[in-house]
Amino acid sequence: MKKLVGLGLTYVIIQALIMTNLISYYLQDTLVTICINIILAVSLNLITGFTGQFSLGHAGFMSIGAYVCAFITMRNPTILGFLIGVFAGALAAALMGFLVGLPTLRLRGDYLAIATLGMSEIIRIIFLNLEITNGAAGLNGIPQFVNWTWLFIFVTATILGISNFIKSSHGRACISIREDEIAAEAMGINTIKYKVVAFVIGSFCAGIAGALYASYFYYIKPDLFGFLKSVDILVIVVLGGLGSISGSILAAILLALISTYLQSFPEIRMILYAAALIAIMIFRPQGLMGSRELSLELFGKLGDSLKSKKGRV
Amino acid sequence: MEGFLQQVVNGITLGSIYALMALGYTMVYGIIRLINFAHADVYMIGAYVGYFCMTFLKLGFLPSLIIAMFVCTLLGILIEKIAYRPLRNATRISVLITAIGVSLFLQYGMMFFVSANVRTYPEMTGIMTQSINLGNIVISMQQIILVSITIILMILLQFIVKKTKIGKAMRAVSMDKDAAELMGINVDSTISFTFGLGSALAGAAGVLVGVYYNTINPLMGTVPGLKAFIAAVFGGIGIIPGAMIGGYFIGAVEVLVAGYGNSMYRDAVVFAILILILIVKPSGLLGKNTREKV
Amino acid sequence: MTILDVNKVTKSFGGLTAVAKASLKLEKGELVGLIGPNGAGKTTLFNLLTGIYTPDSGTISLYKDGEEIALQGLRPNKICSAGLARTFQNIRLFKDLTVLENVLIAMHKNIKYGFVPSFLHLPSYRKQEEKLVEDSIELLKIFNLDDKKDELAKNLPYGEQRHLEIARALATNPKVLLLDEPAAGMNPAETAELRRIIKEIRQKFDLTILLIEHDMSLVMSICERIYVLDYGMVIASGTPEEIRSNKRVIEAYLGEEVNNA
Repeated sequence: MKKLVGLGLTYVIIQALIMTNLISYYLQDTLVTICINIILAVSLNLITGFTGQFSLGHAGFMSIGAYVCAFITMRNPTILGFLIGVFAGALAAALMGFLVGLPTLRLRGDYLAIATLGMSEIIRIIFLNLEITNGAAGLNGIPQFVNWTWLFIFVTATILGISNFIKSSHGRACISIREDEIAAEAMGINTIKYKVVAFVIGSFCAGIAGALYASYFYYIKPDLFGFLKSVDILVIVVLGGLGSISGSILAAILLALISTYLQSFPEIRMILYAAALIAIMIFRPQGLMGSRELSLELFGKLGDSLKSKKGRV
Repeated sequence: MEGFLQQVVNGITLGSIYALMALGYTMVYGIIRLINFAHADVYMIGAYVGYFCMTFLKLGFLPSLIIAMFVCTLLGILIEKIAYRPLRNATRISVLITAIGVSLFLQYGMMFFVSANVRTYPEMTGIMTQSINLGNIVISMQQIILVSITIILMILLQFIVKKTKIGKAMRAVSMDKDAAELMGINVDSTISFTFGLGSALAGAAGVLVGVYYNTINPLMGTVPGLKAFIAAVFGGIGIIPGAMIGGYFIGAVEVLVAGYGNSMYRDAVVFAILILILIVKPSGLLGKNTREKV
Repeated sequence: MTILDVNKVTKSFGGLTAVAKASLKLEKGELVGLIGPNGAGKTTLFNLLTGIYTPDSGTISLYKDGEEIALQGLRPNKICSAGLARTFQNIRLFKDLTVLENVLIAMHKNIKYGFVPSFLHLPSYRKQEEKLVEDSIELLKIFNLDDKKDELAKNLPYGEQRHLEIARALATNPKVLLLDEPAAGMNPAETAELRRIIKEIRQKFDLTILLIEHDMSLVMSICERIYVLDYGMVIASGTPEEIRSNKRVIEAYLGEEVNNA
């Protein structure tokens, strides 16, 4: 019950701030980025943090969602078209996740990382060369349907869906793979199946995030979904803590705010980002939260204080 | 046929660059099981050092090459000391992310100092401008020099690894770090040496690329770096001759795809090869399959 | 009635033959020991039985409800589902998970809800999860671990970690249980407790047990039959008395441990 009240409140407060123009257009962009990054990070956390499979190709799945949704909404610019686009994009990404995951998930550790990186580069190069994706120039003028309400729905669904999943027996099966793959198999867990399951769910959510991105920013090109984007998502997950959903959420918010403030110093932004990455790994490799979770009440309070701060800017 | 032979010549040239870089990846992976993403950026810095020596200090090709290799050696040792050594006992994912961080740091740090603009290497003079015609096949002097230097460096490396004391230490540490330490080998300095050696080769590759392709920029390392890593995986990561074979193979594939297929897809083909090897024989061409002990 | 039939199983690693044409049979309800000097291939044999390694040749058959299931070449999880569970010599618990979670994971095959209920926590999810937790606690009680169910596995004392591994193996509802040195590193009091537990679970769960152990007094006192492995070959089998007086066994052990027991 408390959960529902907290969620409802978050929605209403931000909706009110938007309607009263306390959140400017510019900040709305930040808000959208945060939401999309939360979806990406939480879903990658399922793959990397909970199942222990190191993926460096999340942006590739995101791009599939983005392009599929863009195609569909550009031909059918209605709200129904948008929703079909989001789900078709997510399904296409999930299908790709399945096709890629089945052979590559037998690999361990950094071999898997490099295979997923290679896969997402292949996807990017294909988008770069296809005619219907308009090559490097990308697609422009994608109808904009995404607003705070839709974002809220999809973000909440992702967070609740994935945190429910990991509390189920299927989710525990995934976690057991991270803990000890050989022991998990010896206890009857079909490790291949559950790795693929985690990968498919993760890609599905990445597809949703891509679709939302395309529909809000109405312009996509292959370079947006390169290696750097995958690293971006991974950094959020690691900074928040592998295996902590609230950590991913916190880190997504924190990094988006930092990056917004650093926007005025573009030339040193990436240098600081890189230095911070190294420093975190050396001094706090378990991330902000480790694998713990914030309790909801605490999170609600913190979230509200962050949001009200943002309102005042 | 002549067209094909010409492509082979070009493939060998490109393959030399990949092989030089792949050696660094394979040595570092062999010794600390890390995909050193920053390796590609050491190569980039090597190219800039060479550019600086030739353009501003007006040095010749060989002195510039040696200076670049020296600077890169120091850089490689420094990176290992600052960023990787504190993480010796951390999880693999932490170290990998650190490597990505170092890579970004070098790229954007370089961009800050020298700007993102493309720089052009000075015109070569004298013998470097000549070329040999064999029928319709053109082999430029630069290609010959590039390949010869690569081969000399590889022979030198084989000598160091196989015949010297430090080479023996490298092989020991890569087999079993703890046992090597118990046998009185200084593991830290051996790892430093490995980084230095690999980085020197990357620096050389950077200068050679600058001379051969003329243009350099701060992001030039990323794509060749990935391909060189793929070359190392292809040959069997951790295995030095494997990296050489892999480098030439990837170079040849890339040139042939560009020559006879669609050049836009040449990177995709290389990545597809990677995924294929990983699925069919993850231990690579010369590698042995190992299984976790239970 | 035979429940597990291992027939001429062989496994080589490079030039080394770790298990050579090893054959053994377990009758239903038996408690059988597997002994042999270090490096004799005991754990390798366990790894072959549980699918972690695939035998180069030979067959492994499990008889369940009158049906023969060929285990060689199956993946470990299939073998576990068929009814063969194990513990590990070098404890492989899910260290960073709680005691309860360790057991819950092993009970995974009992759940029948699909993915959708797990996302939405539908009633079918709730009902089955509650039952699962109940069953797990019931199982933990046998090992006196029920009051430690929320502790992380890695924080348990060593002896209890060994117990938890057995509990986790039992949670998979096996017909045959393979224990790999369950008493290793235990003091006499802990070993006595282990002896009680093995007896209790054997009756309660109608188990057939195969046990690797170096503690000869334990093996000799609880096992009905013993197989002796040396250089990957079964060199002797029989009752504890027969094994004690077997020449080849004494040779293999240089006459020490077996006599002392």
